[in-house]
Formats: sequence, structure tokens, C-alpha cells
Amino acid sequence: MLKRYFSLHLQNLVGSLGRLARQPFAAILTGLVIAVALALPAGLRVLVNNVDVLSESWESVADFTVYLEFSVSEQRALELSNEIEARNDVTQVQFITRDDALEEFRSASGFGEALDALDENPLPHTLVVRPVSEELINVEALADYLHGLPETQRVQLDTEWVARLRGILDLGERFVDIVTILLGLGVLVVIGNTIRLEINNRREEIVVMKLVGGSDGFIRRPFLYLGLWYGFLGALGAAMLIALTLLLLREPVATLASLYGSRFSLAGLSFSEFGILVGLGAILGWAGAGLAAARHLRSIEPS
Amino acid sequence: MIRFENVHKRYPNSREALSGVSLNIEKGEMAFLTGPSGAGKSTLLKLIALIERPTRGTVVVNDRNTSRISRRGIPKFRQRIGIVFQDHKLLVDRSIFDNVALPLVIAGLSRREIERRVRASLDQVGLLERESHPPLALSSGEQQRVGIARAVAGRPDLVIADEPTGNLDPALSLEIMRLFTRFNDVGVTLLIATHDLDLLGHLDYRRIELVDGKVNYDSASE
Repeated sequence: MLKRYFSLHLQNLVGSLGRLARQPFAAILTGLVIAVALALPAGLRVLVNNVDVLSESWESVADFTVYLEFSVSEQRALELSNEIEARNDVTQVQFITRDDALEEFRSASGFGEALDALDENPLPHTLVVRPVSEELINVEALADYLHGLPETQRVQLDTEWVARLRGILDLGERFVDIVTILLGLGVLVVIGNTIRLEINNRREEIVVMKLVGGSDGFIRRPFLYLGLWYGFLGALGAAMLIALTLLLLREPVATLASLYGSRFSLAGLSFSEFGILVGLGAILGWAGAGLAAARHLRSIEPS
Repeated sequence: MIRFENVHKRYPNSREALSGVSLNIEKGEMAFLTGPSGAGKSTLLKLIALIERPTRGTVVVNDRNTSRISRRGIPKFRQRIGIVFQDHKLLVDRSIFDNVALPLVIAGLSRREIERRVRASLDQVGLLERESHPPLALSSGEQQRVGIARAVAGRPDLVIADEPTGNLDPALSLEIMRLFTRFNDVGVTLLIATHDLDLLGHLDYRRIELVDGKVNYDSASE
């Protein structure tokens, strides 16, 4: 009995694929609509994932800027710089003397004349400390250490813009969630409508099946599988669209990244994301077909 | 096998199609339902197949009071009845074999059993060698024989036929009727609606005549 049940389902699965193959043009058009509707949220998600990865790498290279007390001599600052650099959570320390800082400020800010009016250099010696680790806990330990130095006047970790970017990303993710739901609904409606048309086209066949004793489940099954195929193939199409887009973007992104001295490259759908996309497509197809079948099969009765 | 007790049927916005029909058809019997068109023959058959429900009265088929059969129960109920239609109602995009196999697939028989029974049915109607053809490749008489093969493939207790020879010439019609009598010989109960009185002259079976929704004549009650 179980074997027969499965063979009946298998028959329907293959049979409905055959039905798609018999009207390839219409099937491809519908599939394409579903593919685009699925590719949009999935593609946005890939985009957000990539920016996410990028922002994480930025956050890890955020430098500490340590402003020393005015009383600290250049000699002592240099020693301190070497001390800090010797720590194993620090990659590199850049020592900027107050004279260099003034020079840079003078040329970069355009306040040269205002500076000339001052009696003495208002800038302290500065150490720019680049931490090694991406793990936040280490960064905090380093921050505490830098704060604790008697020579330290002020420590600044320039991560505010990263935090802002994070905020924007969170917003983007929420936006993608909403788009996903809306377009998922769209796919549901597209497939439901396709199945509705299919049911209408096969009205006579449905009547005959009911006359020879076909149950609702028996009559509904091929339509459910048809919806399943639409969703599944549409999702495959969406994955292909995303892959194609990434392929087209790969070179310009590499060029842009190299301009920033980065080896960043776009990541596509992971295997599990691909699985989720295809699975979700198939489920949406099945559900859309189920809704259409529940609504329209009942109304077709022999007379 | 079939019992009608004072059955009335009125369609919405229409006159009564059946007015107080009572009749009894025994298991293993073969009967013809005659009468002019519009007399209620089709309606009577539809009440048996649960395509329509009576407005009043009781229809009992195969010891089951049809008023107690819910919508969900109809498919199982119809699987025990073979129906033959004037317009054959074959699925034109499927082969003869698949058409005859349809009720057996629905009943959930095994592939082997389905093949065996379909071939047996097609053999009985003389179309075994055409099994892979599409219905439209066959003549109207042949299509009707496919329809009959489909109706009997599931070995139903009862076969009902609505004007099965309606579109056929007399020779073909007689051939179809002889086919029905052969099924009756092996114990199938048959009720056949026809307005072709000439044809019935060749066949000595019970005749029930409907006129204006009432039983006007029943050869069994003479």
C-alpha cells in the first residue's frame, strides 16, 4: 500500500514535469517571472551579506589614536611606542611627533595662518596603534591598557562610522526581510494564478475524473506537483540569475578593491543558502497551487 | 440494486423533471429507460450517480441510501458504478489504454493488475490492438466502445448508460447493445437510457417508459 502510494506520487511528480515540457514557452515565461521575484530578495541578501563581511574587516582594522600628555618628552614617547609595539595584540605603532602633526595639520586643514598666531604648538605627541586581533575582547583589553598608561591623555577608537554603517546594514537587513515576504507573496500569487488557469484549461478532464470516482486528493495532486515544479525551477533560475550577476560584478569589484589595497571579493550564495532558496521556492509553489486548487477544484462538478 | 421511492426532482427556476418516480431494479437485471427527450431519463440516471440530489423522496443504490452519502463519500460511491455517456467523455490527450486505466488508477490497483484488467476490458469490446492510439484516431462507435471498456474495467456492480447509441447508426447501435447484454450475462446490473425504440425491438429486456417525469409504463409490472 505504501509502495503504491509512493509510486503514485512519483508518477505525478514526473507526469507534471512532462506537462510543463509540453508547453515550454508558457512554462519558461512563468518560470522567469518566479525566478526574478525570488532573485530580487535573495540577491539583496547576498549584497547585504557581502557588505557585512566588509564592515567586519573594517572594524577589525580600526586604529586607536593615543594622544599623550604634553609633559611627555619625544624620547619617552618613542620608548612608549616601542613598548606598545612589543605587545602581541598590536601589529604596528606609528609615532607622530607633535612637530609632524603640526606640519600635517598646517598643510591639510588650511588653518596655517591661525596656527602661526599661536605661541606654541597646541598638538601633543600621538601614537596610532593598530591592533592585531579581530576579537572584540582583545581590543577592549588593549583599550584598557592604553587608557591606563600614565602618559596617556586621551584614547580615541574611531569606530563610530563603523557603528553607523552597522546601523544602516541592520536597516538594510530588515528591508530585505520585508522585500522577501512581499515577493514571496508575489510568487504565491503568480503560481496560484498559473495553476488556476491550468485548472480551467483542464476542466473537462477534472469532470471526467470526478465521474469515474476520483477523490479531491487524487485530482488535486498533479496540480500540487505542477506548482512544486514551478517554484523549484523558478528558484533554480533565481540562483542562476544571482550567479550571473555576481560574475558580471566580479571584475569591477576586484578593481575597486585593489584601489583600496584590499583583496576583497564578492561571495555568492552559500550551499545552505542555495538549499533554503530552492526549498522555499518549492514550498511556495506547492502552497500557491494548494490555495488555487482548494479554491477552484471544488467548483468544478459534473452536471 | 436500485430503488426509487416517490422521487421528485425540481431544478432551480424550472418545472419538475421527475414527479413521484418509484421503481425497483434487482441485482443482475438489465433494463431500458425510454421516453421522449425531456421526460426525465437523464435526471433519473444523474440521481443514481449522485451528480444530482433528489428534491424529495429516497434513492437507494446498492443498499445505500444516497441521501446519507456526503460530498466526501461520493468518489468511493462512484467507483462502484460504471457510467457510459453519449459523448464518451474520453480524455483526448491520453491513449486508449490510459483512458480505460483511469478508474483503476483511481482505485489504487497495482500496475500489473491494471494492465491485466485494461487488456481484458479492451479485449471484450474488441479494441485490444488499438490500446496505444489516442481516442480521436478512432471512429465514434469505437470511441463509445472505449467508454464502455472504461465503465466495466473496475468491475462495477452497476453500469448506467445515458443514450450510449445516440450518435451511432442502427448497425453500430445494435452492436453496442449486444455488448451490454454480454455484460449482463455475467451478472452486471445495467440501466440504459435510450429513445431509440426501433433498436429495442431486437432486444427482449425490461422497459421502463418515462413521460413528463412519471413512470408511464413498466414491462415488469404487466
